[in-house]
Amino acid sequence: MAFRSVKSLLVAAFSLFLVLFSVSALANENPQEPAAGAHEAKAFNVTETILDHIKDDHSWHLWGHTSIHLPVILKTDKGWEVFSSGKFMNEHHEQIVYHGNYDYKIIAGKVKVVQADGTVDAVASGRLWDFSITKNVTAVMFSVTVLLLVFLSVARAYRKTGVKSAPKGLQSFMEPIILFVRDEVAKPNIGHKYAKYMPFLLTIFFLILINNFLGLIPFFPGGTNVSGNIAFTMTLAVCVFIVVNLSGNKHYWQHIFWMPGMPVVMKLFLAPIELIGVFTKPVSLMIRLFANITAGHILVLSLICLIFIFKTVVASTIAVPFAVFIGMIELLVAFLQAFIFTMLSAMYIGMAIEEHHHEHEAAHH
Amino acid sequence: MLLEINPLVLPDIGLVFWNTVAFLVLVIVLGRFAWKPILKAINDREQGIEDALAKADKMKADMAAMQNENEAMLAKAREERSVMIREAKDTADKMVAEAKDKARAEYDRIVAEAQTAITQQKNAALTEVKNQVGSLVVEVAEKVLRRELANKAEQESYIRQLADGVKLN
Repeated sequence: MAFRSVKSLLVAAFSLFLVLFSVSALANENPQEPAAGAHEAKAFNVTETILDHIKDDHSWHLWGHTSIHLPVILKTDKGWEVFSSGKFMNEHHEQIVYHGNYDYKIIAGKVKVVQADGTVDAVASGRLWDFSITKNVTAVMFSVTVLLLVFLSVARAYRKTGVKSAPKGLQSFMEPIILFVRDEVAKPNIGHKYAKYMPFLLTIFFLILINNFLGLIPFFPGGTNVSGNIAFTMTLAVCVFIVVNLSGNKHYWQHIFWMPGMPVVMKLFLAPIELIGVFTKPVSLMIRLFANITAGHILVLSLICLIFIFKTVVASTIAVPFAVFIGMIELLVAFLQAFIFTMLSAMYIGMAIEEHHHEHEAAHH
Repeated sequence: MLLEINPLVLPDIGLVFWNTVAFLVLVIVLGRFAWKPILKAINDREQGIEDALAKADKMKADMAAMQNENEAMLAKAREERSVMIREAKDTADKMVAEAKDKARAEYDRIVAEAQTAITQQKNAALTEVKNQVGSLVVEVAEKVLRRELANKAEQESYIRQLADGVKLN
C-alpha cells in the first residue's frame, strides 16, 4: 500500500511538473507573439503546441529562455558542415538565417535551405542530409549511457559476488525483469534456441522501456518523445526484420513462397500475401509503439492544454487529475509496449526458426 | 507526398542513423559485457540450485535406505539374541537334568549297596545268633541232663529256672 501511494505521489509530482513545464513554455511563447507580428488569430493553437512538444528539435528547451543548443551536422553537396543550433537564433530569441555553405533556416523544426528572399529552396533542401545531434538523439544517447552504466554495474556485481550469493541492490531489481524477458518472452515464443536471441531481446526491451519512462518525465533529461518517434521505432523494427529474416530456416521460406499442404492454385495465391506479411510484421511493430507512445503524450498534453483553451485556472481542477490518471495509465503502457514489442519480436523469431514436421502431420490427418 | 502530410510519420534520416548507431553499440557492448555474464551467472545459479536439490533428494533417499538397513540389522540382532538365549537356557536345563539323573543313579546305587550290606550283616548276625542259641541249648540240655539224674523235682524246677534264665537278647 505504501509503495502504491508513493507511486501515485510520484505520478502526481511528475504531472505537476508537466503542468509547470507547459505553463512556462506557453508563457514564453506569449511575449514573442507581439514581436512576431500582429497575428490576432494566433492566440493559442493547440495542435501546434502539442506537436511542438512531441516532435524532434534542434535545441533542448529547459525552462524560460534557457535551452541547450545542440549541434547541427549537415552533409551538403559542398561538404560537411557542423555548427551550433544557437546560430539560428539572435539575442532576442528570434529565428534568423545562418549563412554557411548555403543559407539555412529552421522551418517547422527542420533545417531548410532558404533563398535570399527568405523562401525555402525545395531542391537544395531535398539534397540536404541532416545528421544533427537533435533532442531525440541526445535523449537516446542519454538512455544508452544509463543502460550501459546500469547493466555493466549489474554484470560486475554478478562477477564480483559470484553465483552463490543472493543478488543485491540494483542487481536484485534487474534480475526479475531479465528473468521475465527470458521466461515469459523468449522461452515460450522461441523455444530451446532462445539463448542466442536473448541479448537482442533484452536490449530492445530495456531500450524501449527506459525511453518510454524517460518520455513520461516532463523535464530534462526526460520529456523527449523518443519511443514515440517514428525513426526510433523504425530503426528497431528494421533490426527485428533483419534478425527474423536472417534466422529464417528452410521451412520459414517454404511457408512464404510455397505453402505446403495446399493446392497449387492456393499456393500461388498465398505467396504474395505471405510475402507482404514479412514486411507488415515489422511495420506493425513500428506503428504500434510509435502510435501508443505518441498517443499517450498527446493525451496528457491535450488535458493540460484544456487550461489554456478555457483560459482559466479553474480548468486545472479537472485537467490535472485527469492528467495524473492518464499518467498512471501511461506508466503501465510504457511497460506494456516494451513487453509487447519484445514479445512480438520473439514470436516472429520463433516463427522463423520453428521446426515443422509436415510429413508427420499429413500422416495424422 | 503522402508522408509530408504529418511530420510525425516522416522518419528523419539523421535520427535513423543515430538510433541505429546507438542500438548497435548497445547490442554489442551490453551483449558482450552485460547480458552474457548476467545470463551465465543466472543460469549457473539455477543449475547450482537444481544440483543442490537433486543432491539433497539423493541424500534423503540414501538416509532412508540406511535407516531401513539399520532397522533390519537391529531386528536380525534381536532375533539372534533371543535364539542364543533360548539355546543357553536349553543347555543349562539339559545340564541340570543330566546332573540330576546322575545324582539319582548314584544315590540308587549307594542305597542298593547299603541294602546288600545290611542284608549280608543281618544274615551273618542271624547265623551267629542261631549258632549261639544252638550251643546254649546244647549247654542247657547238658546241664539239664546232668541234674535230672539227681532229682526229679529239682530237675523240674531247675529246668524251669533255666528256662527263665534263657533270655533271648
